[in-house]
Amino acid sequence: MSTLEIDRVRKTYGSLEVLKEVSISIGTGDFLVLLGPSGCGKSTLLNMIAGLENISGGEVRIAGKVVNELSPKDRDIAMVFQSYALYPTMTVRRNIEFGMKIRGVPAAQRDKAVRAAADLLQITHLLDRKPSQLSGGQRQRVAMGRAIVRQPKLFLFDEPLSNLDAKLRVDMRTEIKRLHARLGTTIVYVTHDQIEAMTLATRVAVMKGGVVQQLDDPQTVYDRPANVYVAKFVGSPAMNIIPGKVEIEGGSATAVIDMAMRPAVRIPGIQLSSRAASRYAGRKVLFGIRPEMFSVGNGQAQGAISVDVDVVEPTGPDTLAVFQLGGVEVTARLPPKQVNARASAILAVDRSKVVLFDPDSEELIN
Amino acid sequence: MANALAQHKPIDEALPRKTRMRLGRLLIYGPLCVMAALYLMPLWVMVVTSLKPLDEIYGGSFIGLPQTVTLEAWRAAWSEACIGTECTGLKPYFTNSLLMVIPAVVLSTGIGAINGYILTKWRFPGANFVFGLLLFGCFLPYQAILIPMARTLGLLGLAGSIPGLVFVHVAYGICFTTLFFRNFFVSLPDELTKAAMVDGAGFFRIFWSVILPTSIPIIVVSCIWQFTQIWNDFLFGVSFTSGGNSPMTVALNNIVNVTTGRKQYNVDMAAAMIAAIPTLLVYIIAGRYFVRGLTAGAVKG
Repeated sequence: MSTLEIDRVRKTYGSLEVLKEVSISIGTGDFLVLLGPSGCGKSTLLNMIAGLENISGGEVRIAGKVVNELSPKDRDIAMVFQSYALYPTMTVRRNIEFGMKIRGVPAAQRDKAVRAAADLLQITHLLDRKPSQLSGGQRQRVAMGRAIVRQPKLFLFDEPLSNLDAKLRVDMRTEIKRLHARLGTTIVYVTHDQIEAMTLATRVAVMKGGVVQQLDDPQTVYDRPANVYVAKFVGSPAMNIIPGKVEIEGGSATAVIDMAMRPAVRIPGIQLSSRAASRYAGRKVLFGIRPEMFSVGNGQAQGAISVDVDVVEPTGPDTLAVFQLGGVEVTARLPPKQVNARASAILAVDRSKVVLFDPDSEELIN
Repeated sequence: MANALAQHKPIDEALPRKTRMRLGRLLIYGPLCVMAALYLMPLWVMVVTSLKPLDEIYGGSFIGLPQTVTLEAWRAAWSEACIGTECTGLKPYFTNSLLMVIPAVVLSTGIGAINGYILTKWRFPGANFVFGLLLFGCFLPYQAILIPMARTLGLLGLAGSIPGLVFVHVAYGICFTTLFFRNFFVSLPDELTKAAMVDGAGFFRIFWSVILPTSIPIIVVSCIWQFTQIWNDFLFGVSFTSGGNSPMTVALNNIVNVTTGRKQYNVDMAAAMIAAIPTLLVYIIAGRYFVRGLTAGAVKG
């Protein structure tokens, strides 16, 4: 039983409002990722859960208990920091057992806990070294070991992988995921890396300007982003946002996208609820099409579009093709060697997955 | 490197490479040795003079080696020389200086460390203003605080005593030690304190177990700085103590300036050497930390 409820939490510095009534609620064993660019308030929120920053308004409840006024040590949490924050003068062993020492855990029990954590993280051979003698990945493990021995209700991770090089980052990501699966502890994890969010989370909260834009499971965030901001932030390359018009023809919606030199592109069979269809019929909207929703098509198929490919960027497994559509630059993820730069190509679109946004509010049209 | 040199044809091809290098070295080390000798001259004069009997000094040169080496002058300076009307030598005043310098260094360094810790890791509204005021203290000239300090010591009942002098040096030193520690602690990541807080450590526990062990270099810097300042101080010593409570520097001045009969150059020199030895020792023992500590924080890595 280690739920976390963030209930209309606010944070202000003087007249500056950094968090505006943030509400997030997760259950036992959930892996919540707070995702957003720097300055969106995600780290502030994490520090408030940890008790390192005061809560200006609202409530934070851990396992049903209001912790607003509790100091960090009484919140039953453990935290892993971006810079690892290992105590530089202590050995790995002393680093890991420092918290237990303060809580007066007897030596034998401390030793057992350190051993168990070191085994789990495969750092037993490093126990008598100082942090300065460790590599980045090893320091990261020690920092996690320090958190694990606490056996907290809640793990807090503050961008734990952003100081590692690319290869190690991927390895440690897997490690964290494995750890979560094994320990089953509720985790709150802050990152600006959308891939980390997608791979690790059971719940993602995308934040911007102190407001939660969307709180959902990763696949929903990816497939049906709540607004244009989330659509562009999650996924790489970003979702293409193309202005166009909806036309209702015989009960099915058709996307109409104007082209500069050619007749307008028409993509029939767009998924749209009847309520939205009646509301947006004949109106301007924004179409959200992920790069991988394009495929190489043939001229006869319905809804095939003809484009002039400007640039191709081979990435190995596939090739990114860049072209103009509806007056904006659009990227398509295609199989390698199917299209050429400075040549025209026929593409098809997976119509069932196209999402629509309101052009004024930029919110998802359901 | 070698390639780069080879491409630039040397200006003077007449001399072989080795000879040219030696000549260069000579041009560098020659003047350096001359300057060093010039700089060490006073020390040389002090050492040889302190080892000569008085008659030899009056009969011969100041600079030459002593014909008969005697430690008589050192013994006299330490335990017999007359300071005013008391002929006790420097011994009791040396003790005074130790009694003053040790608590003053420990207290000012300790308070500076806690100040720096609060100013960087437990910031409060107006912390920068307080730090600014403390910095201002570093630029206060000694003379400016003499009279207010005398009045304060009088009110505290510490006038003329060694504890009074300790108080003055601690109060004056806090600005400097706070500056040292604050600048050192600023380079320690705040996450360190946060991690310790999550681990359950409190204000003093974090200070003792996490912060202080990392700050050995700056503690050494602060101690050397404070020791040198306080040990060598004359103005506060002469202003705020009297008679038997005077520190070493005041007693030394009295030995040298109060003479009956022939001026005892050898005793004067020995006394000056005794007064200088403790700071010299501190520099030799802890000097390498001094340079390391002063540059710490300035260079990351």
